[in-house]
Amino acid sequence: MDFQSCVTIQKEWDIVGARQMGRNIAKEIGFGTVDQARIATAISELARNIYLYAGSGEICFERLETIDRKGIGIYAIDKGPGMEEVSRVMEDGFSTSGGLGAGLPGVKRLMDEFDIVSEVGKGTKITVMKWIR
Amino acid sequence: MDTLKLDHHIYRDLLKQFIETQDEKSLYEAEQISKQLMQRHTSPEEIIHIHVKALRELFPNLSKEIQYSMDFLLETMISYGLALQEFQALREKQYEINSEISIAASMQDTLLSTVKPAIEGMDIGAISVPAQQMNGDYHHFVKDSQGALGVAIADVVGKGIPAALCMSMIKYSMDSFPENRMDPSVILENLNRVVERNVDPSMFITMFYGQYCPNSATFTYSSAGHEPGFHYDAKHDVFSEIEARGLVLGVSRDAVYQQYEKEINENDMIILLTDGVTECRQGERFIEHEEVLNVIKQYMHLSAQEMVDNVFKHFERLQDFHLRDDFTLIALKKYV
Repeated sequence: MDFQSCVTIQKEWDIVGARQMGRNIAKEIGFGTVDQARIATAISELARNIYLYAGSGEICFERLETIDRKGIGIYAIDKGPGMEEVSRVMEDGFSTSGGLGAGLPGVKRLMDEFDIVSEVGKGTKITVMKWIR
Repeated sequence: MDTLKLDHHIYRDLLKQFIETQDEKSLYEAEQISKQLMQRHTSPEEIIHIHVKALRELFPNLSKEIQYSMDFLLETMISYGLALQEFQALREKQYEINSEISIAASMQDTLLSTVKPAIEGMDIGAISVPAQQMNGDYHHFVKDSQGALGVAIADVVGKGIPAALCMSMIKYSMDSFPENRMDPSVILENLNRVVERNVDPSMFITMFYGQYCPNSATFTYSSAGHEPGFHYDAKHDVFSEIEARGLVLGVSRDAVYQQYEKEINENDMIILLTDGVTECRQGERFIEHEEVLNVIKQYMHLSAQEMVDNVFKHFERLQDFHLRDDFTLIALKKYV
């Protein structure tokens, strides 16, 4: 897939860069303040996961447009260790970043669509989307 | 969306009223709104959004600084909103689990239900109350063809669901025994083999099995490491522990159980119990056996059932109505 914009995640500061880019795109698409804040938080979580568990990866953005709605697509891609039990990671209370992060269940709640493809030893790709209500 | 708009107008008018009057009435109404919003699962960031919108409408010349500070506050609330959603999801899950457990508990009640048989010259009382929803104690009465009473009392070490599952197994095994009378020692030996084969080694079951024969007025019994009961000797007005040695069920495949016999005279009494009775706690202190006996003495003039009910009520109150372990108490009073 050819993404319009991507941010490489290697250092903690890159998370801020990803949030900034995501927020700008969300604003341009026409999301309101509350949704912008939610999208930024989801990006934070996705980027933090890459930074903490994969070491490095990418956050990419896509403007979504269909006949009747507009939205944003966010892709978190890494070549890290991958996840063995995706269903465990998606359980409430099985929080990742030190127990305080919203974790992936939080990302799912912040967005409208959510998908994970993960292979042990190869990496993980998380796809999320949010539509303007 | 419509409800949100409605909320917005109510919120704005109420905010205006409060800013102008600072009265308690608007604050009370704000409390009501906040409850309604929670019922609708409105998250904190949405409330801040409603607030900002209301502020802008009421004060069109609101300073940039205040507006930015509101954006900042909204951002910091996102995680709280997520935590609230997680809490709601977990609460729903907990509700589901609870209703499953209560169905299981009522199934268990049906499964383990036992009827006190009518035995010549014997007044029987029994109470069994679980600490949590499901009972890890078991008691059962049978009357055989020759009119003898069989009484079983057992306690799984531990409580709650694992203990209750284990108890069902004891019940099934007991049901599979032949109809004709079996010695208490043989019953325990058979159950021991079942438990040893089927239960995790970390789980123990203690059990006492007794048989009262009205014709000979004797009580025959064996124990698998169970909490000793008491025998009340009416003639000498003394209580003594019913001592019986025996290994707990499930430890060794070839355990054998010794069988004992006691003569039961007029007005004598047999008390059987589980450690939920003797390990009642007052604060951090375990009560002594003496105290259990004192409470029993206090109510022993009553019928067997009234007696056990009152003893339970006493200990329930002593423990601030919060049982720490399953509680089972059986009384057999000989009246002729």
